[in-house]
Amino acid sequence: MSAPITIRPDETFTLNVGPQHPATHGVLRVKMEMDGEYIVNAETVIGYIHRMHEKMGELKTYPQFLMNLSRMDYLGALGYSHGHVLLIEKAAGIEVPERAEYIRAITVELNRIASHLFWFGAFVMDLGGFSPLMYALQDREYILDMLEAITGSRLTYSYYRFGGLYNDVDDDFIDAARRFIPRMRASLKKYHRLVTGNIIFMKRLEGIAPLTPEIIRKYGATSAVARGSGINFDVRKNEPYSVYPEFDFDVPVYHECDSLARYMVRMAEMEQSLRIIEQGLDKLPGGPIMPEKKKPIKIAPGDYYQAVETARGSFGIRLVSDGGKTPYRLKLRSPTYSNMHLFDESCRGMLIMDALAFMGSLDLVIPEIDR
Amino acid sequence: MIVEKTKLALLNLFPQSEPVAAAAPAPLQEEGEKKAPKKEPPRMNGVMERDYNVHGYHLDAQVSPAQLLDAVAIIDDAGFFIESITGVDWIKEDQLEVIYDFSRYDFDLCRVVIRTRVPRSKPVVPTITGMYAGANWHERETHDFFGIKFEGHPNLIPLLLPEDADFHPLLKDFKA
Repeated sequence: MSAPITIRPDETFTLNVGPQHPATHGVLRVKMEMDGEYIVNAETVIGYIHRMHEKMGELKTYPQFLMNLSRMDYLGALGYSHGHVLLIEKAAGIEVPERAEYIRAITVELNRIASHLFWFGAFVMDLGGFSPLMYALQDREYILDMLEAITGSRLTYSYYRFGGLYNDVDDDFIDAARRFIPRMRASLKKYHRLVTGNIIFMKRLEGIAPLTPEIIRKYGATSAVARGSGINFDVRKNEPYSVYPEFDFDVPVYHECDSLARYMVRMAEMEQSLRIIEQGLDKLPGGPIMPEKKKPIKIAPGDYYQAVETARGSFGIRLVSDGGKTPYRLKLRSPTYSNMHLFDESCRGMLIMDALAFMGSLDLVIPEIDR
Repeated sequence: MIVEKTKLALLNLFPQSEPVAAAAPAPLQEEGEKKAPKKEPPRMNGVMERDYNVHGYHLDAQVSPAQLLDAVAIIDDAGFFIESITGVDWIKEDQLEVIYDFSRYDFDLCRVVIRTRVPRSKPVVPTITGMYAGANWHERETHDFFGIKFEGHPNLIPLLLPEDADFHPLLKDFKA
């Protein structure tokens, strides 16, 4: 019994991160094979909250499916709804009044900021800093109040309709949005003073989890994950849709490829969204928010694709129609699915703490992966 | 233009059928739809250009499962990234279709769709995980939903469905 314990260098153990773990922000499980604190191998297990939205897409009529899209990504739901309505409008040849398209862009960008704010707070909390989350949630609250007033809900908005919107914006909304812009700009400065540059924060992120452009391409990653690796790709610019060509905004790109670069991209994106909102409010035309005449939705047989830039990256939606009342097939390509997929390969040899910081920099929303 | 270049490269997969491929844009019968109601002839393998403003993609190549790896290699060499892989159950034709979506990060916008069809009774296609590591989950998901087997896949176990799932919910004859 007194013989010393010998540890074989090739001895590894299995560590389950999740499916119920605060760092995964949802029901995600990563089976890690560990050598001490180093990851030898990782296998991501998803599907715990799979709801089969794609089957529902085949069973429900086109308008009935509207609400499903807002239940994929609970932080940035409007971006997904936007892709859905754009696809059906394109396939069915429905004209959208200009005012509706502007309001869509404004609300999507507000939602993007709300999503990034939550990510920012949660990400810093993952790294051990609790108070930034409270500030971020306060700013996010302004947005949720604004959106609640016009859409009727705080997270799962079903605000867009084929051809326009469910509800017009009022002066209160426009005033609140105008007031929000300078407040948010001041907050962004505050966040940088509070967090960016903090020595502990920097050490956890700088040079950690480098993702080469090649690995990004092989997995089809998008959003800040791609833009933090020097890939200048944003669907709003690369494949312009809606009224985005009318706006003057930049796509922040960082070339360091590390977790810090992904953080910097998202922080810079909030400012760009503010610019879009500002211009949208200035240019907001009058007029109707729905087409004069409502036509039944009739889609010619064939297949149709639409991609949009959501807060989490390029969301694609494919419709295969046989001319019937419901889609023959509806495929949802969720961006975090591809962003998360590269985690297994990239985290090998990493310290577990670095890997969790890396996971935070991917900005995961699990129901959006599982659909 | 990358659309032209990729189209020519993909057309090389169909050497003997040059005239057929040249006539390929004809099936774009959006307007003449009333004339051809139900009995459309099955689409031949080949490359088509699609109207991006209507369909949202530029190139549409239908290949045989044997040509799939060659087609994806062309796409890979040209620097495309993988968007998704999915299936469609064409139960009336007794076929399953596998659809691969590719796009580009640069501003030379070109969306390519590669599709291949297999009989429902023997749904087997080769895996492309050797070229695109990110195809791994997409293929597992397609296997979950349609039962399509991706030959050579390193780990073809359920991804989104329960680990003991023996059903394929997106098959049209699936009964819950």
